[in-house]
Amino acid sequence: MSATTVPETPAPPQQGSDLIGSGQEGGLLDQVKGYLQRLRSGEMGALPAVLGFVVLSGLFTALSPYFLTERNFANLLTQAATLVMLAMALVFVILLGEIDLSAGVTAGVAMSLFVVLSDPGGIAMNWILALIIALLSGVAIGTFIGFFVSRVGIPSFVVTLGLFLGFQGLQLIIIGAGGLYRIQQPEILSIQNSNMPPWAGWVMLAVILAVSFGMSMLDRRRRTRAGVPNRTIALLWIRLGLIAVIGGTVVALLNQNRGTGFLAVSGVPIVVPITLAILWVGTLVLDRTRFGRYIYAIGGNAEAARRSGIKVIGIKWAAFAVCSTLAVVSGIFSASKVGSVDAAFGRDLVLSGVAAAVVGGVSLFGGRGRLIHGAIGALVIAVITNGLGLLNLPGGVNFLVTGGVLILAATVDAVSRVRAGGSIIRR
Amino acid sequence: MSMPIIELTDVKKSFGPVSVLKGVGLKVYPGKITALVGDNGAGKSTLIKGLAGVQPYDDGVVLFNGEQVHLHNPREASRLGIEVVYQDLALCDNLDIVQNMFLGREETATGIFDEGRMEREASETLRSLSVRTVKSVRQKVSSLSGGQRQTVAIARSVLKSATVVILDEPTAALGVAQTEQVLNLVKRLADSGVAVLMISHNLVDVFQVADYISVLYLGQMVASVEASKTTSDDVVGYITGSKTYNGEAA
Ligand SMILES: Nc1ncnc2c1ncn2[C@@H]1O[C@H](COP(=O)(O)OP(=O)(O)OP(=O)(O)O)[C@@H](O)[C@H]1O
Ligand SMILES: [Mg+2]
Repeated sequence: MSATTVPETPAPPQQGSDLIGSGQEGGLLDQVKGYLQRLRSGEMGALPAVLGFVVLSGLFTALSPYFLTERNFANLLTQAATLVMLAMALVFVILLGEIDLSAGVTAGVAMSLFVVLSDPGGIAMNWILALIIALLSGVAIGTFIGFFVSRVGIPSFVVTLGLFLGFQGLQLIIIGAGGLYRIQQPEILSIQNSNMPPWAGWVMLAVILAVSFGMSMLDRRRRTRAGVPNRTIALLWIRLGLIAVIGGTVVALLNQNRGTGFLAVSGVPIVVPITLAILWVGTLVLDRTRFGRYIYAIGGNAEAARRSGIKVIGIKWAAFAVCSTLAVVSGIFSASKVGSVDAAFGRDLVLSGVAAAVVGGVSLFGGRGRLIHGAIGALVIAVITNGLGLLNLPGGVNFLVTGGVLILAATVDAVSRVRAGGSIIRR
Repeated sequence: MSMPIIELTDVKKSFGPVSVLKGVGLKVYPGKITALVGDNGAGKSTLIKGLAGVQPYDDGVVLFNGEQVHLHNPREASRLGIEVVYQDLALCDNLDIVQNMFLGREETATGIFDEGRMEREASETLRSLSVRTVKSVRQKVSSLSGGQRQTVAIARSVLKSATVVILDEPTAALGVAQTEQVLNLVKRLADSGVAVLMISHNLVDVFQVADYISVLYLGQMVASVEASKTTSDDVVGYITGSKTYNGEAA
C-alpha cells in the first residue's frame, strides 16, 4: 500500500544527543526567539502588568512631584503589602478556576478574634497564642469553604459570597457594634511601621541573589546528571543582574532618610522580607511539588486530573485552606498598617485582591498564572490607588479606575486564552 | 493460545434505571490487539471506564493474569499497569508534554520534582515509539495538533511499563497520514508485548491492525472472533444485529 505511506517530516538533526528537543538548548538568541514566540501565542505572563506598572509610575511621576519621593515609595510598598499577600492567597484558588470572595472578611474575622483575645483590658491572652488562633481560624475557614466546594459541589462563587455576607455578621458579633480595638503589640505594629537597619537590607538582597544562584546551579547539576540540556548560563547571569540592579535600587532608595524634621527614618520595611519569604516558599510549592502541579492540572482539566489518579477533592480542599490562611496573613499586615481592627475590617479588600491577581496575569479560567503575578498585579493596583490619591481627585475615581483595570485585564486574559488555542466558552 | 491478561465475566453496569452493560465477557491477550467494536451507545466506553477504575462496574468478575481484582479507582488500575487513552484524550492543555506524561506519577527527590529525569524519560519514551512529529517535549499541549495529542496520550500510557493499553477511538479525529502514524504506533505497542484493547468505528482500521475482534451490541457481547477468520461484512452484521455469531468466543 504505497498510497498510504506517511509523509513524515524529517527528524530534526540530532547533535550528539539522542533526545527530542526541550526548548532549553541553543544560545541566548534562540532563547529570546522562543520567548517572543510564546508571547505571540498568548502566553504573556506578567508582561502587561510590568509594562502597566512602568507606564503608570511614569504618568504619576509627571503628574505629581511627590510620587517619586523616598517617603512615598516606602509608603507605596507598605500600602501594597496587604494587597500583595491577599492576591498571592487568591492565586491558589484562582488557579483551580475557583474564587474566594470571602478572603477579605476571613481576614476580618480572624483579626477580630485576635484583637478580642489579646486585648490587655479584656481576655488578655498571650498575643502569640492569639495570633496562632487567628491563623488556625484561617485554616478552619478554608477547610469549611473547601468542604462545600469540593465535597458538596457548590460553586465557590456562591459559597464564598454567602460567607462574605455571613462573616460580616460574625465579625460584628465578635467585635461588637461600633467597636474598635487598637493593636497594642509593638511586634505586630512593627511589621509595617518599622524598618530593618540599612545593612540588613543589603544582606537581604545578598541572600536573595545567593539563593537564586544556588537553586539554579542545583537545577543545572541535576539536569546535567539526567543527561538533558541546560539553558545557556548567560540567562542566569542576566537574571541575577536584573535582580541586583532592581533590588539594589530599591534597597538604596529605602535606605535614604525619608523622615520629616528631626526623626530619621530609613531602611527596608520589615514587611518586605516576610512577603518575599512567603512568595519564595509558595512559588517552590506551586512549581516543584505534587500539590502545586496538581492545582495547575485541576485548573487545566479537572477530569484529566481525576483520571490520572489525582485526588481532586483533597487538593481543592487544601488549596482553599492555604488561601484562607494566607488571607489571614494579609489581615495581619493590614492591621499592622492601620493600627486597629473594627467591625468592617477587611470588607473592601477582596475585589482588589482578585483584580490584582488578574491584572498580574493569573487566568480566571484556571490553570495559568504564578504567585509572583499576583504580587506584581497588586503593585499595579497599589500604584493606581497611591497615585490617584496624590492627585486630589474625588474619591470615586479610584474605584472607577480600579474596576476598569480589572475588566481590561480580564479581557486580555480571555483574548490571550483564545490565542493560546482555548475556546472562548468556558468548559 | 496464551492465557488472557484480562478476562471479564458477566460484567454489569447501569446508570439509574438504564442498564448499559448487561453481563459482558471479554478477553485481552498480551502482545495482541483486540478491537472492540459496536454502534454508538453500545457501551464500549462504559466497558473500558470500568477497567480503568474511573467508573467501577456494579457486578461481575475481573481476572487479571488469572487472579480476581477489584478496580475501584484509577490508582488501582494503574498499579496493575492498565493504562487508558480516552476518547476525549484527557490531557491538560495548560501543561507541557512532560508534565502531562508524568501527571499523577511525577519523579521526585525529597518531595521536589526531578524535572531533568522526567524530561529524559519522556523524551526516550517518545523516541522508542519513533515519534518524530513533536519538536520539543516542553511544548504546551494546547499548541499541539490532534494527532500529536493522540501521540502524547499514547506515549503517556506506555511511560511506566504498561501491561495493558486501552485506546478509545484513537483515530476518530485524525486525517489519513496521522491515522496511519497512530495505527503504526499501536502495532509497535503490541509488538513490544503489551496487550492492546482498541475501540474503533472504522472497520478498515480494525482489520488493518487487530488480531481479535469483539462486538458489543446493546450492552451484550455478541461476537468475539479472530480477525483473520471473519470478514468485514460479518462484523457489520454483528454490529447492527442483523447477523448472529454462532462460533465459540475467541
Ligand atoms: N454517566 C452516565 N450516565 C448516564 N448514562 C450514561 C452515562 N455514561 C454513558 N451512559 C449511557 O450508556 C450508554 C453507553 O454509552 P457509551 O459511552 O459506553 O457508548 P459507546 O459505545 O462508547 O458509544 P460511542 O461509540 O458513541 O462512543 C449510552 O446510552 C449512554 O447514554
Ligand atoms: Mg465511546
